[in-house]
Parts: sequence; C-alpha cells; structure tokens
Amino acid sequence: MTTDRSVVVDSLGVGVATGAYGVSFGALATTSGLDVWQACALSLAVFTGASQFAFIGVVATGGNPITGAFTAILLGSRLLFYGLSLAPLLRLGRGARIASAHLVIDESTAMATLRPTTRQARLGFYWTGVSIFLLWNLATLAGAVAGTAIGDPRDYGLDAAVGAAFLGLLWPRLDSWATRAVAVLAAAVALGLVPFTAAGVPIMVGGAVAVLLGLRWAREVTE
Amino acid sequence: MNATWVGILVMAVGCFSLKLAGLSVPERVLAHPMTRRAADLIPVALLGALIAVQVLGGDHELVVDARLAALGVAALLYSLRVPFLPTVVAASATAALLRLM
Repeated sequence: MTTDRSVVVDSLGVGVATGAYGVSFGALATTSGLDVWQACALSLAVFTGASQFAFIGVVATGGNPITGAFTAILLGSRLLFYGLSLAPLLRLGRGARIASAHLVIDESTAMATLRPTTRQARLGFYWTGVSIFLLWNLATLAGAVAGTAIGDPRDYGLDAAVGAAFLGLLWPRLDSWATRAVAVLAAAVALGLVPFTAAGVPIMVGGAVAVLLGLRWAREVTE
Repeated sequence: MNATWVGILVMAVGCFSLKLAGLSVPERVLAHPMTRRAADLIPVALLGALIAVQVLGGDHELVVDARLAALGVAALLYSLRVPFLPTVVAASATAALLRLM
C-alpha cells in the first residue's frame, strides 16, 4: 500500500532531478543565440523540455525559428495522449482543466498514471508538475545567465549533451523491433537530407517519412 | 518582433492547446488504433531524427567528431540502466575531454 507521503516524496525527487536539468537548457539556449528573456519565455510559456530542446536545436544550426516551432509542436503531439490518459484519473472540472493543462508533461503524467486512486494520482500530478515548473524555470534563468558568461559551450561538451538527453527520452520507447526500425529510418532520412535542405527541415521530413512508413507497416501486419 | 519571438509564441500556443485538448476531448475521438499508433511513433521518429542531426549535422554536411563518441558513451550507460542526469553529464565530459586532447 503506497502512502500519500511516499507519493509526495517520490514526486519531489523526480521534480528536483528534472528541474535541475533546466540549467543545461538555459545554457544551451543562450549559447544557441537566444537571449536570456527568450530562454526564460520558453521555459515559462512552453514548458515542455523535449520541445524546447528541439526548438533550440533547430535555431542553433541556423534553421528558421518557425520551422523549429512546428518541429517542437509535432514532438509535443504526445501531450495530447497524456491528457487523454490523465483525464479519467484526475477527474477535473472545466476551470481546473484550464488551470492544470500547463503542467501536463512527461514526468507529471508518469507520476500520476502510476497511482491507483484519484487522490494519489492528483498528488503525484500536482507535486511533480509544480515542483518541476518552479525549479525548471529558476534553473533556466541560472543556466541562461551562465551561458552568456562561459564562452564556447563546445569546450564543456554541452553540444554533445543534447544528443545524450534526446537519447534518454528515446531509450524507454525502443521496446520493440518496429520502434527501433522507425527511429533508425528517421535518422537515416534526416542525415541524407542535411547536405541539401535548410536546417531544421531534415528533422521534420525524416520524422514524417518514418511515421508514415511505420504506420503502413503496422497496417500490413494487422490486416 | 523578430522571428524567434514569433516561433516562441507559436510553440506556446501550440503546446498549450495540445495539453488542454488532451484533458478535454472525449476519449472515443482519439481512440482509433491508427491514431494511437501514430502517437506512439511520432516521438520515436522525431527523436531519432533529432539525435542524428544533433550528433552528425554540420553546416550542410555531416561531421564525425567528439559528439559521436559522447553519444556512444550515453548509449552504453543507458543500456547499463544509469539514470538520465549522470549519463548526460558523462556524455558532455567525454566530448569536453576529447576536445582537450
């Protein structure tokens, strides 16, 4: 039997670990050419780590920020399904849904959907979501200010941190032959396009081609 | 207002809409198996493409450098179930050290 107390403690643990990582986001954002305000605006108003990194990834390589924004939103499409699995667990009214929607992220969803009751799901969701929101934003500000001061981020291997961070998000999803194939295909198409297209385009096109082929393949298997 | 701010605004509106829509729409609207399947594949495909370009992409060319070694270290550590943060730090350190040498 999980106690309320242990749900809160677990949530805070995830909150601190994830929130602290905002330092890397802030530092990478300013070293990618954003100013401190833009870095902070992303963490405050977008508040979806993977999408934020995707956006600065595109901008850092000289891509159009609008292309970056659409890549980021596409990556955020999973949030739609997080909301869907959270809704019956959290049982929120209309006003509460609007007030809580901003907190729907990977970690808060994971910490809520682990729980058997509405009470504990809400505890997990809000303690994780709010603690990450506060720390992620403070850490972004600290990182962004530091990022303007440390000089070349490559000296610290910060550019390599992004690939490792994305791999950490991808790793738990590589649980079947099909998902691994889709990830590798997307990577291959994207790399093939790098020499010929504007920055940012290879990611969107590579991702789209792999999803379409993955869906086709799934239909052939199920039919 | 420059393009970066426009991009940030578009993202903020887009991501918030996705979050709120998920909490609000009746489940049957999105329950189609194909939609579910697409939702599972989109992050996998985009992350695969993002990693590849982040690690090997240069200015209109592919570049093999310390980033690839760092990604190898990260893959090794994840496969040994090392948590996220230490792995990211180890990957950065790998790239930083290789560049020092």
